[in-house]
Amino acid sequence: MNFDPIRTLRSRTVVLPQANIDTDQIVPARFLTTTTRAGLGKALFYDWRYDEDGRAKNSSVFNGVNPATHRILVAGPNFGCGSSREHAPWALHDFGFRAVASSDIADIFKSNALKNGLLPVAVDPATHQRLLNSPGREVTIDLERLTLSLDDGATAAFAVEPFARRCLLDGVDPLGHLQRHMPAIEAYEVRQSTAPDSEPR
Amino acid sequence: MEPAPRSLLDKLWARHVVVEETPEAPAVLYIDLHLVHEVTSPQAFAALEERGLKVRRPDKTLATLDHSTPTKPAGADGKIPYADKETERQVAQLIANCEKHRIRLLGMDDPMRGIVHVIGPELGATQPGRTIVCGDSHTSTHGAFGALAFGIGTTEAGHVLATQCLLQRKPKSMRVVFDGACPRGVGAKDMALAFIATIGADGGQGYAVEFAGPAVEALSMDARMTLCNMSIEAGARSGMIAPDETTFAYLKSREFAPNGAHWERAVGEWRAFASDPGAHFDCEVRIDAAGLKPMITYGVSPDAALPVDAVAPRPANENARLAHDYMKFAEDRPMTEALVDRVFIGSCTNSRLSDLREAAAVMRGRKVNPRVIVLVVPGSHMVKRAAEAEALDRVFVEAGAEWREPGCSMCIAMNGDKGEPGELVVSTSNRNFIGRQGKGVRTVLASPATAAASAIEGRIADPRKYLGGGAS
Repeated sequence: MNFDPIRTLRSRTVVLPQANIDTDQIVPARFLTTTTRAGLGKALFYDWRYDEDGRAKNSSVFNGVNPATHRILVAGPNFGCGSSREHAPWALHDFGFRAVASSDIADIFKSNALKNGLLPVAVDPATHQRLLNSPGREVTIDLERLTLSLDDGATAAFAVEPFARRCLLDGVDPLGHLQRHMPAIEAYEVRQSTAPDSEPR
Repeated sequence: MEPAPRSLLDKLWARHVVVEETPEAPAVLYIDLHLVHEVTSPQAFAALEERGLKVRRPDKTLATLDHSTPTKPAGADGKIPYADKETERQVAQLIANCEKHRIRLLGMDDPMRGIVHVIGPELGATQPGRTIVCGDSHTSTHGAFGALAFGIGTTEAGHVLATQCLLQRKPKSMRVVFDGACPRGVGAKDMALAFIATIGADGGQGYAVEFAGPAVEALSMDARMTLCNMSIEAGARSGMIAPDETTFAYLKSREFAPNGAHWERAVGEWRAFASDPGAHFDCEVRIDAAGLKPMITYGVSPDAALPVDAVAPRPANENARLAHDYMKFAEDRPMTEALVDRVFIGSCTNSRLSDLREAAAVMRGRKVNPRVIVLVVPGSHMVKRAAEAEALDRVFVEAGAEWREPGCSMCIAMNGDKGEPGELVVSTSNRNFIGRQGKGVRTVLASPATAAASAIEGRIADPRKYLGGGAS
């Protein structure tokens, strides 16, 4: 784990209102040839941000976005659908995002995001619509209270899988957690006769 | 008291729980088979090395090269024509990782190499009752055998390499029943697209889907894999079908399948992996298979699917408008009027022998429209050899299509196989996302028969007229 724990996040939003933004949009497949996880911020939404010649598109909502002050991405429903590529949350995090808010977020992306210091926040449709309607507004996300608050004081609740939340808040390491269960894993293998070299394969 | 009836998911889950889930922590779930490919694994192996860990069960890990490998054969000098240095380096990295950790790798010269979701079943490593994961969302394919199979991220792949387990919460269950029988010219791909259009691209979020009903039971294993493969396009991480005689006949005598006395015992155990009558599902969907037609997509999400003989719809909202502007179908005009530039027959969805037979049945004795480039990419070397033994390769080549080496090819367009901006590609793959098959490429998802018919006509075409009977 090489990211900072998240407790509260107060930041401005970048809004991409489209539904079904898939991980091929977030990181086009041609950037998946990397063998490391670093530096993928450059590839983030590449074809939305840059033209054929690699120049920033005038139409891109990322123009003028300061990653230090705009750390919350607001997106249309079913964000992160498609491929399981973890490059998607790596790229979002490397660019500077620390949370993605939507009305619903695709399962594999959500699972990957939670392991990479990027908080997926699914809010009710009304709050989602307000977020979509006002790009750049300041939003506070409180992982301890599980609330997202707008700058006018309106507050919405969201859910995060409790273990993933603890990992983010307290820096609990999921692999370490799994390893502490090694005696149970070994006992399972004996019970199922699937210990190393015990079964025909 | 009778034990409560259990679903296939319930049974698969119970069989693999090492530590039960609690409100505070997910279950520790045991993984029987971890499939690995070159694109999503390098960082998982690196994470292992950073912690000084070993691959705990290399005997439950199987690797192949598929995503970034070229589909053009090696040159006379034996040099493999990689698209660029990066893809070549990625392949070299997996070879090195597998050597170091003693993982069986189906390398470039291995006669069994192929797409990860094709080779697992071919080797018999995909079996009923197993848990199967891979850093690839189409891992749902393996559920066709009555396995709990789902795609994972690279961090999770590292967890499996290190512990052979994952932290998971049990998904909700959805049963999708296809009633009746598919009409001629309608197959698993059409069933999949109809299902996704019915529940939407996020309709399966949080669910494991079990496909059932007479139209599902009638499917071959190849076709069942097609159906389960597309579960993720409805947002469901896994799709599954209870194993039956079709499943057992497919697996018998495969390399990793149990043999001798083990076989009978295994089949006996496998039969139990079916939903009990009266099992609870959190959601049930029924689809009338008899009413289905060949399906194609018209938008940029797999749920934007309609019968091939439909007219292109007017966009109903802003999202549909964006998709419409990209795809450029003429509103209210038959979609069969749209000119096709390229056809791709392949991918983990539709690259198996029965898929190639289906395409060849349409193309046999006919010529590809001269304006269309057609790529036929078998899913594995085993499929390639079997197709060549039936001279399917000659059917394709004589029709004017290119017959290639196995791999993911134009499904993900990482290996140099791709369309050009603006081209309309009729593709048997699984995703019509913007730019998926090359920048600016407009993808129309379809069955092998529909893709082949479109190649012949140079326009999107209804395959039923080439198959006799059933045409409406």
